[in-house]
Amino acid sequence: MKLGSIVRTGLVAAGLLAGAAGSAFAQGAPIKVGILHSLSGTMAISETTLKDVMLMLIEEQNKKGGVLGRKLEAVVVDPASNWPLFAEKARELLQKDKVAAVFGCWTSVSRKSVLPVFEELNGILFYPVQYEGEESSRNVFYTGAAPNQQAIPAVDYLMENEKVQRWVLAGTDYVYPRTTNKILEAYLKQKGVKQEDILINYTPFGHSDWQSIVADIKKFGSAGKKTAVVSTINGDANVPFYKELGNAGIKAKDIPVVAFSVGEEELAGVDTKPLVGHLAAWNYFQSVKNPSNESFIKTWQTFTKNPKRVTNDPMEAHVIGFQMWIEAVKKAGTTDADAVIDALIGIAVPNLSGGYSAMMPNHHITKPVLIGEIQGNGQFDVVWQTSGLVVGDEWSDYLPDSKDLISDWRKPLNCGNFNVATGKCGGKGK
Amino acid sequence: MPFLRLLARTLLTLASVSIAGMALAADLPSLVANLTTGSFGDRETAVGALAASGDARAAPILEALAAGQLYIRKSDSVVVIGKPDANRLALTEAISGKPAGQGSEAELDRVRVNNRLRGIIEAAVGSLTLMSPDPRVRRGAADSLLKRPDPAALAALDAAIAAEKDPRIKAVFGEARAAVVLASDSPKPQKLEAIAILRDRGDRDSLSILQGAANSASDADVKAAANAAATSVRQTLAAWEAAQNVWYGISLGSVLLLAAIGLAITFGTMGVINMAHGEMVMLGAYTTFVVQDIIRTSAPHLFDMSLVIALPLAFLVAGGIGIVIERTIIRFLYGRPLETLLATWGLSLVLQQAVRSIFGPSNREVGAPSWMSGFFQVGQITVTYGRLWIVVFALAVFATLILLLRKTPLGLYMRAVTQNRPMASAMGIRTPRVDALTFGLGSGIAGLAGVALSQIDNVSPNLGQGYIIDSFMVVVFGGVGNLFGTLVGATALGIVNKFLEPYAGAVLGKILVLVFIILFIQRRPRGLFALKGRSVE
Repeated sequence: MKLGSIVRTGLVAAGLLAGAAGSAFAQGAPIKVGILHSLSGTMAISETTLKDVMLMLIEEQNKKGGVLGRKLEAVVVDPASNWPLFAEKARELLQKDKVAAVFGCWTSVSRKSVLPVFEELNGILFYPVQYEGEESSRNVFYTGAAPNQQAIPAVDYLMENEKVQRWVLAGTDYVYPRTTNKILEAYLKQKGVKQEDILINYTPFGHSDWQSIVADIKKFGSAGKKTAVVSTINGDANVPFYKELGNAGIKAKDIPVVAFSVGEEELAGVDTKPLVGHLAAWNYFQSVKNPSNESFIKTWQTFTKNPKRVTNDPMEAHVIGFQMWIEAVKKAGTTDADAVIDALIGIAVPNLSGGYSAMMPNHHITKPVLIGEIQGNGQFDVVWQTSGLVVGDEWSDYLPDSKDLISDWRKPLNCGNFNVATGKCGGKGK
Repeated sequence: MPFLRLLARTLLTLASVSIAGMALAADLPSLVANLTTGSFGDRETAVGALAASGDARAAPILEALAAGQLYIRKSDSVVVIGKPDANRLALTEAISGKPAGQGSEAELDRVRVNNRLRGIIEAAVGSLTLMSPDPRVRRGAADSLLKRPDPAALAALDAAIAAEKDPRIKAVFGEARAAVVLASDSPKPQKLEAIAILRDRGDRDSLSILQGAANSASDADVKAAANAAATSVRQTLAAWEAAQNVWYGISLGSVLLLAAIGLAITFGTMGVINMAHGEMVMLGAYTTFVVQDIIRTSAPHLFDMSLVIALPLAFLVAGGIGIVIERTIIRFLYGRPLETLLATWGLSLVLQQAVRSIFGPSNREVGAPSWMSGFFQVGQITVTYGRLWIVVFALAVFATLILLLRKTPLGLYMRAVTQNRPMASAMGIRTPRVDALTFGLGSGIAGLAGVALSQIDNVSPNLGQGYIIDSFMVVVFGGVGNLFGTLVGATALGIVNKFLEPYAGAVLGKILVLVFIILFIQRRPRGLFALKGRSVE
């Protein structure tokens, strides 16, 4: 072989390689996934963990080769617990970074703030936190619990198993507790509980002096009927509340407290020994025993390099949401928003509580409901769970404004607030 | 065939005798096995059966179950009791009571309990431990019977009352007996007597029992008597409630005082609008956390002293950072309140994020030493030890500070510099040094507040934010530059808040207090105790 031919062959080979690399590049541009969680400010305490979980899930997926032959790339922004900034950052993610989907938000007000942006720019948002319902958007997928997947089963449990007759509905003063308590009040009355047996109490964000309220609860509980507290108290105010309960000697067997916003993460800052027996209702607990949960906990603790790091319910919601999105992208064969939104409905993926969760036409998912009791080690023991999966009900059946509404994003209905009484799309609320 | 009939009868009798015998012999192990299997409902029955067996070994097993210390060993399915011992569990076999070595949670299956079961066990153990030699256990047994009156325990109670020597415990037994009588179907005169006993006890528990009896009684006389007694108890409690509100107010006031007292120096005396004050409190709380963390890992026996050890350290950490802030930022901004406000506010964000980066965003656990946990009753007021110590601590800090300002040379310099800087300087006082020390003192006291607040609030990067507005409110309301004003202001705001809360709710109560302060400042811009004389300028 002459030198010339060698050079020529080499050049051709190089050209081929370059061509191949070029086409691989064109095909394999990473798919961007937006993560919209506060990393500073008041909500950082809860949301930072969700950012980490998303990074872990994306890393794991990339180890498996990504999706559609392309790698995934996380785009992390920090909306700093500032609600208008959430909308700005969402716009940045959708317009500038052109992300295929966004996983984010914690508080309802942040979700309400980004909602118009996602609808205007036709993005996809996965929202992982339990919320008050009364909403269904074509662009949002609600992987957290609706009230009927958390609050109502919890009340049922207390009524049946602990024979509770008197109810204190205590919450932080904002939209989630107010709406949830409205639903619960209507539900309790329907179950024959009298007005005088319901005490509703709201406290400001970050309330730290619980003495009078704990004394009130004690007083309300001494009417000769079994009393329970249903707490929608927001994360940060819970620690002083539980400390005061413990100090005042209110034991779970006298007046149990069932909480909807207290999970393993929140308990990490409390000595739980005086709280043993108080309850929480979620769709997932770290203590659930099954192989998929155990491997998830292990991956998480390795990823965070902290063998004591806990897992919680909103993390599981992101796991479910992320798997659903991956499946939908595979099914649609593209990351195009419209195709993925249509493909998502009907997708079922395994959840970590040992079963399958499916995306329903109302953009809510099916979940089991678990009631756990706080243990001395900061974990929960599951004492009760629904026999099957519960479908998220976005429009509560117990509120007069929303009982006639349904949501179905399949064609031909394609409506988030269809009024079955009038047969028209566009009921009260949004 | 009489013979055959006789034989059959004999056989039957023999069989039944042997079955009864077997049941007796198998009693405890099978009863204990029933505890660990089946639904919660089945196990409630099993608890009842075990308690009714009257076996002396039943009480410790039931207590372990209620405490979540009853396990099944995976290797041989033996039921064991596991008490925490360092990082492992010291095991004893539940039935024989023999020690069974050590084990870890992974080798054992914990027997799960729920609230209802715990309550039932407590009542059952209550009737089993009425005759315990330990007076505290007897008293606890009576208390749990009072809360969950079980008619079946009546005989045991009567026996215990007959045997009891301590008159105080005998009285509690009597009250527990009254509760049991009301829950049982005893004759009317006994019930009326029981109602009278409970009325004289007059606390929330007896109100609960009386109200329950009034709701469920079938006899009209009993119903009326229970209602009347409940009303009388309620009246007594209502009178106590006012006293309770005052106590809660003082307690809230002491928290406000602690948070505000450092600010009374930096803002009140020096005139620095210090928005980073809350973060000094937070640093104090984190110092407590670090101290406890070290003690937990290296010297667990010192845990009860952790707060005492944390106090000087928190003072030094927060004070030191305060001095650095004064030297590097604030001293360039004296006399420019707007810039100071912005600079310190920015600084507060920097400090928050720094702590968040170092310790992570989630809450940190700061435990309560044993002398700060629990509560005691004064009449019908529940006083928690934690709150009581915070009140004492706030007053101690206040008194020390007053002494420091009035009786020491440093205090004299501080007052001199803040009242008339050029004159003080002319007298040879190094005013920059005094400025730094004053700011450091204010910050250090905020650090001390952090140690106390770590006992009642979250130890998170946001800790300080919750107190900054309240602190400014107290200082302005009390009168800028007047420490006694801060004391009176904090207590007054605390008490007003606590009297408003039951009627207006926590949210509206807070709004009303703010409106009240706005109106007050309109009338008296210099606060409750205005400084008089030249120092005002």
